[in-house]
Amino acid sequence: MNSAVELKDLKKNFGKTEIIRGVSLDVKSGERHAVIGPNGAGKSTLFNLISGRFLPSSGAIHLRGENITGLRPFEINRRGLSRSFQVTNIFPRLSVWENVRCAVLWSKGYKYSFWQNIDRLEDVRARTAEILDQINMTARAQTPAGVLTYAEQRALEIGITIAGGADIILLDEPTAGMSRSETEHAVALIRKVSEGRTLIIIEHDMGVVFDLADRISVLVYGQILATDEPVKIKSNQKVQEAYLGAAGHD
Amino acid sequence: MAELIIISTLNGVLYGLLLFLMASGLTLIFSMMGVLNFAHASFYMLGAFLGYQISQWAGFVPALILAPLIAGGLGALIERFGLRTVHKHGHVAELLFTFGLAFIIEEIVQMIWGKLAMDYRIPSWLDFPAFTVYATNYPAYKTFMLVFSILIFIGLILLLTRTRAGLIIQASLTHPNMVGMLGHNVPRVFMMVFGLGTALAAIAGVIAGAAFVTQSNMAALLGPILFVVVVVGGLGSLWGAFVASLLIGLLQTFAIASDWSLSKFFGSAFSPTRGTLLFDIWTVTIAQIGPILPYLLLVLVLIFRPTGLFGTRDT
Amino acid sequence: MSETTKAIPMASETSMAARFKRYGIWIVATIILLVAPYIFSSGASITTMCLMGIMIVFALSYNMLLGQTGMLSFGHAVYYGLAAFATAHMMNWVIKTGAPIPLPLIPLAGAAAGLFFGIVFGAVSTKRGGTAFAMISLGLGELVYSSSLILRSFFGGEEGISADRTKLLRFFGYNFGSQIQVYYLIAAWCLLCVILMYAITRTPLGRMCNAVRENPERVEFVGYNPQFVRFIAFALGGLFAGVAGSLAAINIELAQASFVGAAQSGAVLLAAYMGGVAFFVGPILGAIIVTLLSIKLSDFSEIWVLYFGILFITIILFAPYGLSGLLMMHAQFWRGPLSSRIARFGKLFGSYLVAAIPALIMILGAILLIEMIHHIVQKSAEGPMMHFLRSSRFTVNTHTALPWVGGIVALIGGFFAFRMTWPVVAKAWNNALADAQRSGA
Repeated sequence: MNSAVELKDLKKNFGKTEIIRGVSLDVKSGERHAVIGPNGAGKSTLFNLISGRFLPSSGAIHLRGENITGLRPFEINRRGLSRSFQVTNIFPRLSVWENVRCAVLWSKGYKYSFWQNIDRLEDVRARTAEILDQINMTARAQTPAGVLTYAEQRALEIGITIAGGADIILLDEPTAGMSRSETEHAVALIRKVSEGRTLIIIEHDMGVVFDLADRISVLVYGQILATDEPVKIKSNQKVQEAYLGAAGHD
Repeated sequence: MAELIIISTLNGVLYGLLLFLMASGLTLIFSMMGVLNFAHASFYMLGAFLGYQISQWAGFVPALILAPLIAGGLGALIERFGLRTVHKHGHVAELLFTFGLAFIIEEIVQMIWGKLAMDYRIPSWLDFPAFTVYATNYPAYKTFMLVFSILIFIGLILLLTRTRAGLIIQASLTHPNMVGMLGHNVPRVFMMVFGLGTALAAIAGVIAGAAFVTQSNMAALLGPILFVVVVVGGLGSLWGAFVASLLIGLLQTFAIASDWSLSKFFGSAFSPTRGTLLFDIWTVTIAQIGPILPYLLLVLVLIFRPTGLFGTRDT
Repeated sequence: MSETTKAIPMASETSMAARFKRYGIWIVATIILLVAPYIFSSGASITTMCLMGIMIVFALSYNMLLGQTGMLSFGHAVYYGLAAFATAHMMNWVIKTGAPIPLPLIPLAGAAAGLFFGIVFGAVSTKRGGTAFAMISLGLGELVYSSSLILRSFFGGEEGISADRTKLLRFFGYNFGSQIQVYYLIAAWCLLCVILMYAITRTPLGRMCNAVRENPERVEFVGYNPQFVRFIAFALGGLFAGVAGSLAAINIELAQASFVGAAQSGAVLLAAYMGGVAFFVGPILGAIIVTLLSIKLSDFSEIWVLYFGILFITIILFAPYGLSGLLMMHAQFWRGPLSSRIARFGKLFGSYLVAAIPALIMILGAILLIEMIHHIVQKSAEGPMMHFLRSSRFTVNTHTALPWVGGIVALIGGFFAFRMTWPVVAKAWNNALADAQRSGA
């Protein structure tokens, strides 16, 4: 199987503090890969490195074999990698419709066009409607994103992430702060939208992780403790000691 | 030549220190509150006019104490009743508020003191040559300005390192986001910092007003240069503001003393026709382009280092 | 189900009603521009309307930066002014060479100049957003203004560059000697620019500008480079500012250094912000009102700029979305049967009237005090008598206590009375809201 994202001895330090201390990881194309670990392990930093938000201090990141280390976030996004944020990161005063449409535009090739009426771009309209339908927000299309409920904003966050049709999707704690029923709904949504794509997901809810993931990586203090299938991770002695044992799982 | 260099260096450092008196307050306010106070140079102007008025009534020393206190108090009030109200509408509204303020302060100064330059003189007890460099007398008042600015900075450093409020301010320089989590006394610190920053600008106004020109357009003339200083130094960096202040101070002072131009450099090897753009560029002296040098520096720095010399924060 | 179809914009509406909705506003605007000189036919009015048309284009071009893309510029006059100079030089060149270019095409030169300098300076300044951008725009403004005093051959020194607009090739027999002909030239360009700028807000770039304004970081993660979005918006803003500057040069047949100066940059900021940057129509309103005020206020007071500044601060403090924002807040009451709309607005405006009376007293008190201070400080030579707001009938003796006490009482008393009316307005507002929601449902 081809590799979708490959990290080679990735390191990141802020000043003297090493946050990522040599991470090597190979995420296969088409798999659902979960990254778990205690708070402060560097999970979000890892996402920030992969998506180009931060520059790594050393090491390399490959996207489908191509070295993307040092590229800007939009260049990485154009190569088919899209991410969501742990803290909701949307366009608050734009409508839900506009939020999703902004994320569709580049993938449809309209770039910086200032000579085409956006409302007449049938492919953009259709794709936006399709995404809204997928995240169940068609009825909220004209609502400003800033006034949505928390769960709705999380759903919109996922909608923006998948709208561009990226085939590698990084979700950073998509169910954090959700109620049980909202979480179930979100998991169903994630399962649906990651069909046929590569998914890397940071998640604290072990129920979600073991339900969704094909493979799991355990990140502790900036290093990967183990990468394996869920069943083997569960029984892994080191993981038990370092993480699952302490945190417990439900 | 050596004489010119020594005198220009002294004057340049003096100008730079005056700039830093203002830029330091501006930077402190920006670091803590995220607001670039567009009206900062207006408080410098207020300092100069209040200093003039008070020294007319009571003498220079009372002016040097009272004028910054009044201007700083005014600054604190404006923060409390104006800026804090606009805060919820975001940084653009805050910046525009201070822009409008600069506008109003200039108009009020004009309404009270008129448009002509004030007869604001240096105090007679400081009106003598302090020392002589080759054949040039260096005035005692300028020496006083140098020493006084340095004393203010020592005081500022002590305030920042030895007091509780100072520690909070320092924390805000390195960890701007953490300060917001410190609790209920932050608004008061904001008000104090704004008052302190504007008082520093007013001090510069009181001492510079007597040496240079005190006129209602002085804020509009100096303001843009002040903003160049903080952008070139790197927004929010106190150290950067210091270096940029001295750099621009020296640059402008040396430029004024230089009559070099391209035509002088190349001699008669090439002479463009009079009345063309090339002729203008060819014959302009460094002294003539002195006023635009800070802005050229700004453009150069932005091309090669968009965050400024010492800037780390993207705003 | 009807909810769903309503929520999603249709691809293309082709019915006559929809078509009129789309183009009707422009037809109305055209008619207004055509007939305005017949209604306001005095020479002064036509001159004022010319200035308004120029300011509308300028303020809208400014709003491409501030309102649409979130870039606060303190140096937008650079593109306006440089284009004005380019225009003056272009006109002189056309006159000298006899090139077959009529005056109505000259603003294209201004547009090109504005675009050119927008690209050059935009490449430097749009690297940064937020506060840094604002300061850079100010620095560039000063750079150009200071240069204008050095490069005399291009900027013409103190006198500027003048150009006689009547010496160009005649355009269907018009030589644009009279102000009314210039008015129609400005009106036509104004309409064209407004339509184009409105159209740009509805393109992929226009929408990405809004996204950059809202959250530039997120834009990077949907494939767009926010710096490049800013850059294009800036260059296009320069282009339209260039048209405005060009029209200004044609209008007074002169380009001066003050065109690129800080005051001109401040004026366009004021116009756009007072009108309201959140709505497309805002800067148009702002341009009209600021042009009118700056002409009319100077008739009443020497220190009108101070009142202008106070008005600006008041708007920032209490109406951050400007005049258009205030108007749009009332749009929610415009529903239900016509009679109920009228009744609703009647009650609401009644409460405004109640509040306006003490507010007016307060303002008059403040103005009286300010004018008296101004009179005493600046005009002691003219004696104690002051003509209040240049009125020949209302004179005040500034050396007696009565006007001072009166001013203070009006100011403070007016303020407290005004504050007592706030609950009345709030109640009327809530009633209107409840009423509108009832009839809307």
